[in-house]
Amino acid sequence: MMGLDASRTCAVIRKELRDYRRKRSIVAAMIILPALFLVEPVVTIFLISGSTSGSSLDSYVIFPLLYLLLIPVVTPSTLAAYTVVGEREQGTPEPLLTTPIRRQEFILGKAAAVMIPTLALSYLVFGLFLSVVALLAGSAVASAVFHQGPALLALALFTPLLAGWAIMVGMAVSVQASEVRVAQQLGMLASFPPVGLIALLAFGVIQPTFLVAVLFAAGLLPACWLSTLRQCESFLECSIGSAS
Amino acid sequence: MRAESIIGALASDGGKGQPALVVNRLTKRFGGRTAFSEVSFDVAHGEVFGFLGPNGAGKTTTVRTLGTLIAPTSGSAVVAGIPLTPDNAVEIRQRIAIMPESPGLYLRLSVTENLEYFASLYGLHHGGARIKDAIDAVNLGDRAGDLCGGLSKGLRQRVGLARTLLSDPEIMFLDEPTSGLDPVAVLEVHSLINGLRQKGVTIFLTTHRLEEAEKLCDRVAILNTTLRIVGRPAELREQLFKTALVVKTLVPLPDPGELFGHIPAVEGWRCEDPGSYVLSVSDPRVAAPQVTRGLISAGADVLSIGEAQHSLEDVYVELIDENAEARKR
Repeated sequence: MMGLDASRTCAVIRKELRDYRRKRSIVAAMIILPALFLVEPVVTIFLISGSTSGSSLDSYVIFPLLYLLLIPVVTPSTLAAYTVVGEREQGTPEPLLTTPIRRQEFILGKAAAVMIPTLALSYLVFGLFLSVVALLAGSAVASAVFHQGPALLALALFTPLLAGWAIMVGMAVSVQASEVRVAQQLGMLASFPPVGLIALLAFGVIQPTFLVAVLFAAGLLPACWLSTLRQCESFLECSIGSAS
Repeated sequence: MRAESIIGALASDGGKGQPALVVNRLTKRFGGRTAFSEVSFDVAHGEVFGFLGPNGAGKTTTVRTLGTLIAPTSGSAVVAGIPLTPDNAVEIRQRIAIMPESPGLYLRLSVTENLEYFASLYGLHHGGARIKDAIDAVNLGDRAGDLCGGLSKGLRQRVGLARTLLSDPEIMFLDEPTSGLDPVAVLEVHSLINGLRQKGVTIFLTTHRLEEAEKLCDRVAILNTTLRIVGRPAELREQLFKTALVVKTLVPLPDPGELFGHIPAVEGWRCEDPGSYVLSVSDPRVAAPQVTRGLISAGADVLSIGEAQHSLEDVYVELIDENAEARKR
C-alpha cells in the first residue's frame, strides 16, 4: 500500500457515487434488489404459526435471517460489473491514466465506491427487518429472532466479506467484459458461490462464529489483493494496450 | 475572459538549459508488430512541435509511451527533465498533460464536475479558480453546468482541452486536438495554442491537418513507423525540393527548350500545362531576371514569373510516397 494517495482514491469514490446517483438503472437496482430481499424474510416471519415453539421455531427464524445475507452478494454485482466497463464505454481510461493516479488507487477507489452503498443498504435492510420483527411480530417469534446470536453475528460479520467477494468477482469480470450488460450477467453468475456458503451456514454445516469469519476474511483478503493487482494490469491492457 | 491568466500561469521556464523532451532511439513493438522504431528527436522548452504521419504510423503510441501509459521496448527518453522509467511514471504524469483524440468525459457529470474530478487527481484540492480559468480559456463559461452527455463533439473536445490546462503542465501532448471541430472552433483552438506558445508552454501536437502543423508548429517530425524527417517546415521544403521558378505565358512557347536551354541560371525545365513551365534553378534571385530578359527577347507574352511554393503537404506526400516505394522494393 506504500505510496498510494488516499486523496486520489477518495476522489474516485466521490466521483463514482455521484455518477451512480445519475444512472437510473443503477439507482433502480439498488432500491429494488434490497427491497425484494426484505420482503421474503418479513413474509416468512409473519407466516410462522404462533403455536410453533422451541427448536422448530429456531429453525424457522434462522432461514429468513440468513436469507438477508444474499443482499451483500447480489446487490454489488450490478455496480461492480459497471465499474470498469462503464469507464471503457465512455472512453475515459486513457485520460484517466494520463493523470498521476496509480492503477491501484483507481481500482481501490472503484471497489470502495461499490462497498460503501452495499454495506449501507445491507445494514439498513437488516435494521429494517429487525425493527419490523421487534414492532410487529409476535413476542415468541421476535424473541426467537433476537436470540439467534450466531446468525446475527453472521449478518454483522459476513456482510462485508460476502460483499468483498462479490465486488472482487464483479470487477474482475468488468475489466475483461466488452459491454456493461454482459458484465452484469456474468458478474451475477460469478457471485453465486457465496450462496453455497450461506446455505452451509443455514443448514448448520458451518457455525457462523467470529473465528469462521476471521478465517474467511484471511482467505478473502489476499485473494482480493491479488485480484486487485491483476485487475490493474488487465485494466491497462484492455483499455490501452489493445488499442495501440 | 480569463484565458490570459491561465495561459500566464502555464508559462514554462524557457531559460532552462536542457530540452523539454529528449527521445533517443525509442522503439515500441507489440509482439511481432512494430509500432515505431528507433525514433530520436528533442523538443525545446516553449516549442510547438508537430508530429505528423499517416494512420497507423505510430503517433498515438509514441504519445502514450512518452506519457508513461505503455512502456517502450527499447531506447530512452527524458520527459520534462525526468528519465522515462516505470518508477518515474507518476512524477512524469504530474508534469505533463495529455489530451487524447477522444476527449473521454464522464457523460453524466457536468463540465465543472468533470474538471473537479481531474483536478483532484492532480492534487488540486482547492482548484476552483483554476477550473473556472480553464473553462473560460476554452469559452465554455456558459456551459459549465451542463452535463457532458448533452454537449456536441466539438464542445466535448474543448472540455478535453480545458482538462489539459488544469494541472499547469510543463509539456502538453495534444493528440488531434481539432479533430471533429467546426472551422470556428478550430480557429479558437489554434488561437489558444498560439496563446500558449507565446507564453512559452511546450506543446507536442499530433495532427493530420498539414496546414494546421504549418501554421502552428515551430518544427515538425514526420513519422511512418520510423522517423522520416525533423525540421522547420521551410527547411524541410528546401531540403526536399529544388528551388524552382514557375513561368506562365499567354500562349505556349514555340520552342521552350531552345529558349530555356540558353539561360545559364536555368538547370532544367519541364512543361506542366500549355503555357506553364517549371524551371529548376539554384538561385531564383539570379535566375528570374535572366529568364525575364530571355522571354521578352523571344517575344513571349509573359503572364507571371514566380518562385515555386511547396507546402508542408508536398513534403509529407513526398516522404510518405518515398516510404511506400521503399516498401514495394
